[in-house]
Amino acid sequence: MAHITIDGQIVPFEAGQTVMEAAMAAGVYIPHLCHHPDFTPHGSCRQCTVTLKNGWNITACTARAAEGQEISNNTEELNLVRKRLTQMLFVEGNHFCPACEKTGNCQLQGVAYHLNMMSNHYPQFYALRDLDATHPDILLDRNRCIFCNLCVRASHAEGKDVFAIAGRGINKHLVVNSESGKLIDSELTADDRAANICPTGALLVKGKAFQAPIGQRLYDHHDIDEITLGGRHGG
Amino acid sequence: MAAKLKLATTSLAGCFGCHMSFLDIDERIMQLVELVEFDRSPLTDIKNCSPCDIGLIEGGVCNADNVHVLREFRNNCRILVAVGACAINGGLPAMRNSIPLEDCLRESYVNCIGIENPQIPNDPELPLLLNQVHPIHEVVRIDYSLPGCPPSADVFWKFLTDLIEGHEPSLDYDLVYYD
Repeated sequence: MAHITIDGQIVPFEAGQTVMEAAMAAGVYIPHLCHHPDFTPHGSCRQCTVTLKNGWNITACTARAAEGQEISNNTEELNLVRKRLTQMLFVEGNHFCPACEKTGNCQLQGVAYHLNMMSNHYPQFYALRDLDATHPDILLDRNRCIFCNLCVRASHAEGKDVFAIAGRGINKHLVVNSESGKLIDSELTADDRAANICPTGALLVKGKAFQAPIGQRLYDHHDIDEITLGGRHGG
Repeated sequence: MAAKLKLATTSLAGCFGCHMSFLDIDERIMQLVELVEFDRSPLTDIKNCSPCDIGLIEGGVCNADNVHVLREFRNNCRILVAVGACAINGGLPAMRNSIPLEDCLRESYVNCIGIENPQIPNDPELPLLLNQVHPIHEVVRIDYSLPGCPPSADVFWKFLTDLIEGHEPSLDYDLVYYD
């Protein structure tokens, strides 16, 4: 069987598989936030950046595995780059974990814990972002959005197309496809995949917060590599 | 016996929760005082910082006095530590950052239900508020950060004992929380 190597480990792949898919199947964790096995790769969070032998960086979620590729993944250098990217996400949004219902089950936190992120390093942006609590069953807090596009992709797959990303730079934001621009006037329902896939606390189904006590939450005692390879995640 | 390390602590725009969590080291504080001498701290009521080995800063920076105190700590502490979510990213006080300061003050002191003699406090002894709350690393250089709201007593203990023993401080996975 064709194979690549990741940090020296032989990883078999089938034709058409991405590096991420081959790695996951072989039990090799590559950090990621915007990747989800059920949806088309987006390649935007750059967490899954890995290095080829020739020094080129590729995103494992979008690059197809090719025979003989020698890939570096879990290296000090790449993990530092990933930590800096994660810190940028933390300062770009308004991620106040102690006040967030997703805390403990948040993939952004999980990745940050995995990378041993102890501070935000960069100055905070304190971007002004809207919150939409109009929907009886679902909360949208744009302060916590990391633009992974998963809700956009999930809603598209459901044929509803409730979400899109609009604007640029500091003004980039998630928009809702309804006449008022509010969730209450959209087709989104609490059982939609799109309402439940958010890796952070930006989209939350109401009435489910804080159900798991501290100590029993997803990432309290288990690193996200273990959780992800076990087929679970915070989304 | 080697000279004791000197330790200073303060709370800026914080709730003293980090200090309370520090005190949760319970009887281990008896071991700690054998190893460190407390300088400026709410625990000693010493008002100004003298040269210290370690400074622990709880809370972010929300007013002019916070800036002054933080600079005093940086000028005197060999190792300066951001303790807790507010010191690291502004924390809950920074949730006012999306609201104009005047609106915050009006809501609290003028328009709020049940206010008698409504007026925005302006005593000259009160430190002036900054327009936004900031994490402390935006004002001075920080050597280490201890996340958590608050960091647990075990985090304080592990961090301080590592430093006292001359190790590079490190926290196991189970000790790192952002909440």
